[in-house]
Amino acid sequence: MSCRIVNNILYLEGSLNAETVPETLIEVNSLLKYQNPNTIDLSNIIVLDSAGVAFLDELQSRLTTEGILLLQGANPEIQEVIKTFSSLKLEFPAQERKMGFFEKIGDSLVLAGQNFYNVMLLASEVFYWALIGIFSRKGQRKGSFAVQCSLLGSQALPILSLLSFIVGFILSLQASVQLANFGANVFIADLMAFSMVREIAPLITAIIVAGRSGSAIASEIATMQVTEEIDALKIMALSPVRYVVVPKFLAITVVMPILVMFSILVSEIGGGIIAIDYLDLSVYTFVQRSINVLTLKDIVTSFGKSIIFAWTIVIIGAYCGFQVKGGAEGVGKATTSSVVASIFAVIIWDAIFSLFYL
Amino acid sequence: MDAVISIKNLIAKYGDITVLDDISVDIFPGEITVILGSSGCGKTTLLKNILRLVEPVSGSVKFWGEEVLGLDDIQMGNILRKIGMLFQSGALLNSISIYENISIPLELHTKLPRTLIDRIIKVKLNLVNLSEAIYKFPSELSGGMKKRAALARAIVLDPQILFCDEPSAGLDPLTAASLDELILSLKKQLKMTIVVVTHELASIHRIADKIIFLEQGKMLFNGTLEGAQKAGIPQIDTFFKVGRF
Ligand SMILES: Nc1ncnc2c1ncn2[C@@H]1O[C@H](COP(=O)(O)OP(=O)(O)O)[C@@H](O)[C@H]1O
Ligand SMILES: [Mg+2]
Repeated sequence: MSCRIVNNILYLEGSLNAETVPETLIEVNSLLKYQNPNTIDLSNIIVLDSAGVAFLDELQSRLTTEGILLLQGANPEIQEVIKTFSSLKLEFPAQERKMGFFEKIGDSLVLAGQNFYNVMLLASEVFYWALIGIFSRKGQRKGSFAVQCSLLGSQALPILSLLSFIVGFILSLQASVQLANFGANVFIADLMAFSMVREIAPLITAIIVAGRSGSAIASEIATMQVTEEIDALKIMALSPVRYVVVPKFLAITVVMPILVMFSILVSEIGGGIIAIDYLDLSVYTFVQRSINVLTLKDIVTSFGKSIIFAWTIVIIGAYCGFQVKGGAEGVGKATTSSVVASIFAVIIWDAIFSLFYL
Repeated sequence: MDAVISIKNLIAKYGDITVLDDISVDIFPGEITVILGSSGCGKTTLLKNILRLVEPVSGSVKFWGEEVLGLDDIQMGNILRKIGMLFQSGALLNSISIYENISIPLELHTKLPRTLIDRIIKVKLNLVNLSEAIYKFPSELSGGMKKRAALARAIVLDPQILFCDEPSAGLDPLTAASLDELILSLKKQLKMTIVVVTHELASIHRIADKIIFLEQGKMLFNGTLEGAQKAGIPQIDTFFKVGRF
């Protein structure tokens, strides 16, 4: 590729393609600093591809403000290529304007408000169909409740017990050092029972369920949304909420308290090991104190709030799933945001309960 | 004339099932070769095996005389750079806009400045009649529009060989005809070698120089369009009579 300017004519020679254009551009730019050609001569161009044509277009549109620029000498073949790939007379829609900082903040506030409203709407629909679903199984697949119980419940047991055991163990280990300082060894039982039942077991369980089941619900529904399965259900006159969400909703309502109970038991074992081994309590004292210190209200509150957590997780998961628009990449986003949002919501709920001394 | 792509005794399997059985065919420069056959007969599999997206079981595939089976990723990459492929499903990257989808090969494989890249993208989109969708995302397009966007991406680097897997399936007849025009002008103006899988009879008559007819993994015919019509092979005759499978 070579180029030169003679008598106001820019001569381009050789091949002008994606490989040679970058260098040619530099050369031509340096020539244009001193001279202003009014014509480009292409008679010695051998190869021209779309990058080359784009280059010619660029030259033309840059130079035409300073006079008329003509292409000359191109053979018919080259002319055809230019005609096909020229970008000079194309019309395109303008790119969307980017939002400013404050506009973005305002936008996300409005969006959050709308989301909250829509979640409530979905929640009311879920409650409605769940209530009906207790009495009538129409519009739900047979056995879907049992399948969901095992999916959301029993399959979460191994990881839940492992975590609960470790948390119970660590909590009592940390506490025992302090308690031993005051000779208050026996209170380890009170501490474990209270904190586990009222606070930690429901929270751990909710976090596990949000991570396992909330995300699974979101991605399942999101996938169905993307592949038009949700639309297909609607066309078959089936409520997607009733068909997909309600079985999960009912299952989690039954399963969640059981998971929490399990978590309490296992974490008490973890804590008990420390109490008995390190603080020299007898098994009998530990168990008896633990049971005595708890009231019925504690147990009911614990299970009650865990059910609220579970509902929150299912509804947020379903909402994130239904929200998905567009293609497969939406599924991943829905899953992520369902986990983040439901853990956030669970902790907010927990704070609200604490305020009321529940 | 030397073949651009030369396939010898190609055998392809999925697991134990043989999908392509002993295919040998040469594809010549500057020609449009149409692969025909009922759906499920292995047309897509043939393209994927030639490009080693699926590794052939045995045989030989040569591009420009160079054997590609056994090349490492870098050597294969150098060959693939001169090749464009339009996938049956479009295969656009879903998380970025059409504009960015098309600009990726230009940004990563050339040293062209932004202004030229911008021009090239717009020209290519205009060629496939998709100017209005330039800043949209793949999920906002219909099936036919995705196909066209994917074609724009496949030709953005002016490849020497272009593979198209059912480019006009799902398109209206007018757009299909304009795609045929585009394929013809790519062949004429850039001297591209083009391999097209298609069922559209009208399209075959417009563009085909050569025909490869597959049935159940075997090659029944390989030659010119006129030859195919005169060969007296019952399946091919039915095809041209009925119009489609
Ligand atoms: N990934 C895969 N795994 C197993 N079998 C496949 C796979 N892809 C395609 N097949 C089978 O290979 C055969 C040929 O498929 P394909 O090449 O896609 O057909 P077409 O001619 O319609 O493009 C079909 O029988 C199909 O079921
Ligand atoms: Mg196919």
